[in-house]
Amino acid sequence: MISKQTLTWKSIVLSAAAFAAIAVTGCHKKSTLPPSSAMAPDTTMPAPTASISADPLAIDIGQSVVLNWRTTNATSVSIDGIGQVPINGTQTVSPANSTNFHLVAKGDGGVTEANVRVTVRVPEVPPPPTGNVSNDGPMGSEAIFHQNVQDIFFGYDSFDLTPEAKTSVSMAASYLTSHPAIKILIGGYCDDRGSAEYNITLGENRANSAKTALVEAGVAPGRIRVVSYGKERQFCTDETDACWQQNRRAQFSLDR
Amino acid sequence: MVTGRQSVVCSGKYAVFTMLFLLLFSAGSAFAQDNPFGQITTDKGAGSLIRIAVANFKPISPDAGLGNYKQTFDTTLFNDLNSAGLFDIVSKDMLPQSTPGFPAELNLTQWSAAPANAAMVAFGNLNLQGNRLVVNGFLDDAHNTQFPQIFAKQYNEEASDDNARQIAHRFADEIIFRLGGGVSGIAETKIYYVKILGPNKEIYEMDYDGANQHAITHLGTVSLSPRVSPDNSRIAFSTLGRDGFQLKMFSLLLNRPVNFNSAGGTNLSPAWSPSGQQLAFSSSRTGDPEIWISDPEGNIAHKITAFRGPDVSPTWNPKTGAQIAWISGRSGLPQLYIMDADGSGITRLTDGGYATSPSWSPNGQFITFAWDRKYGPGAPGGQDIYIMEIASKKWIQLTHDGGRCDFPSWSPDGRHIVYANSPDGKADHTKIMSMLADGTQKKALTGPGADMPNWSWK
Repeated sequence: MISKQTLTWKSIVLSAAAFAAIAVTGCHKKSTLPPSSAMAPDTTMPAPTASISADPLAIDIGQSVVLNWRTTNATSVSIDGIGQVPINGTQTVSPANSTNFHLVAKGDGGVTEANVRVTVRVPEVPPPPTGNVSNDGPMGSEAIFHQNVQDIFFGYDSFDLTPEAKTSVSMAASYLTSHPAIKILIGGYCDDRGSAEYNITLGENRANSAKTALVEAGVAPGRIRVVSYGKERQFCTDETDACWQQNRRAQFSLDR
Repeated sequence: MVTGRQSVVCSGKYAVFTMLFLLLFSAGSAFAQDNPFGQITTDKGAGSLIRIAVANFKPISPDAGLGNYKQTFDTTLFNDLNSAGLFDIVSKDMLPQSTPGFPAELNLTQWSAAPANAAMVAFGNLNLQGNRLVVNGFLDDAHNTQFPQIFAKQYNEEASDDNARQIAHRFADEIIFRLGGGVSGIAETKIYYVKILGPNKEIYEMDYDGANQHAITHLGTVSLSPRVSPDNSRIAFSTLGRDGFQLKMFSLLLNRPVNFNSAGGTNLSPAWSPSGQQLAFSSSRTGDPEIWISDPEGNIAHKITAFRGPDVSPTWNPKTGAQIAWISGRSGLPQLYIMDADGSGITRLTDGGYATSPSWSPNGQFITFAWDRKYGPGAPGGQDIYIMEIASKKWIQLTHDGGRCDFPSWSPDGRHIVYANSPDGKADHTKIMSMLADGTQKKALTGPGADMPNWSWK
């Protein structure tokens, strides 16, 4: 958790510094153009370079990875499933399936692509929230769904929505309202402390808290299926606060 | 502040110990002298337990196959009596050299004298007649030279290792019944439990001593909380399916699942009323998990709690059938409560911590449950097995520093408790243990990968 934050912070500093450096060089030329294109005189521009990495490369479902990309000589950079991104940067994502993050860096000198594959280990869940990685089907793409409908996390022994969770839920509600074909499964999960039976009811209350908030925001209750897994399906089994927090959640998935 | 509180708790605990022992001792029964609970908990010395010698049984037929049956029988009988919590059992090293097969062959004074010093002698013979195993068992009072025999029993079963074990169980139960104040022994009882098989969990059954472990369900998903009916005919449990956990009913007579009606929501943690006519369970069919009661087919369901927060893990008072203990998170962390079976008269029993998995003692006086008294972030509290006396809310702690303990379940004789224990806290390292109800004689019944035991009613 801490290291992740440090990483993000560092990268912000780095990209800020890079930006400053570019801006400085840009000053020698025309100052009206954006800095990157200022580096690009006309025809003899070098082609962009791009690299993207993910840390870690393999996760359990629900965990997140930090994507880290670097480009040079690029004017616009996009990553499939995320959209336009800064030319250098990091982003934390939690893909639901094994995903190929495909980066396209466009510059005056051409187009360069870079890829990184994140493997998602999906635990054996009876009603699999997995399905195909394909972007087909009336429910739309898995990646876009997870981008808009994000898992919400709970305090210890709590099923009350935190302010962050409320933000996530209202974002999810607006996405679901605008995509009426989507049906969702809300899974209630608990960390592995405490007792199995009690945790199933606690997970039930967590999933129901999320469902209630969605219904209040206008999502038809018939589109929502709720399953409490209690502590029977753990994402991680470390005895750490970070892992326990990962497990204390209401998880949204497409109910295909 | 902290030390002050600890010392109060400590001295309080001692007071509780003394008091509970006195209570157990005096409240036991008219057979005060034989009260096992009182004797176990008041005195570890030999004086208060019945000194019994268990002779190796004498093989009558020379059949080679008898040797294995005899070995099984002798071992099982010795272990049954040794774990009963009633006896000071004479070490086999101290037994007289002779092996009496019949009352006439028993030299009583040899057994009542040092070093055996037996007050009771169990002995007998085994015989193979065709494919039948015939066992004659005797119990003699070693100090009554004129009329020593207390009882004699003959058992006749198809010859098999399992039957040799079952005959030993029945003979042991007979001895325990005669010498244990009229309370039936538990050597013929079963324990139902959850077997952890990778990501799946199935319902299993075993004998009370851990022998004969075998699968009941083959559902390929997660099944939890097996509860056997009072007549041993059915097991209620909950299974994870497309709609989350739902109650299932399995007939042990038909050896297949039978119908149970659920009406939405998550349904789990069933509990049989002592009559076998009702089932209490947790259901979220109205949104919030509450305690519901239905008949054994899931019909005529009605809700008896109504309070925001989890309500789960009910257990009936098996003596009266009129009260239910359960776990509620209505005030924050889960606590132990009792109420009348109509939902009235709610009383909270625990004063904090994290309490789960209650089981009500057969005599109705006590509840055993799992409790982490210092549960919370940053508090490395241990989850241990406790007993609470309901009338006084006094408790004693039965497990200490042995890792995470949960799901205690009383034996029908009230002298034993079976529970789940994970020495390092890892779920898949959980194994099933049993102990006497005072926390002594802890022993593992299974290897790792077994959880949620439930002791049969008889």
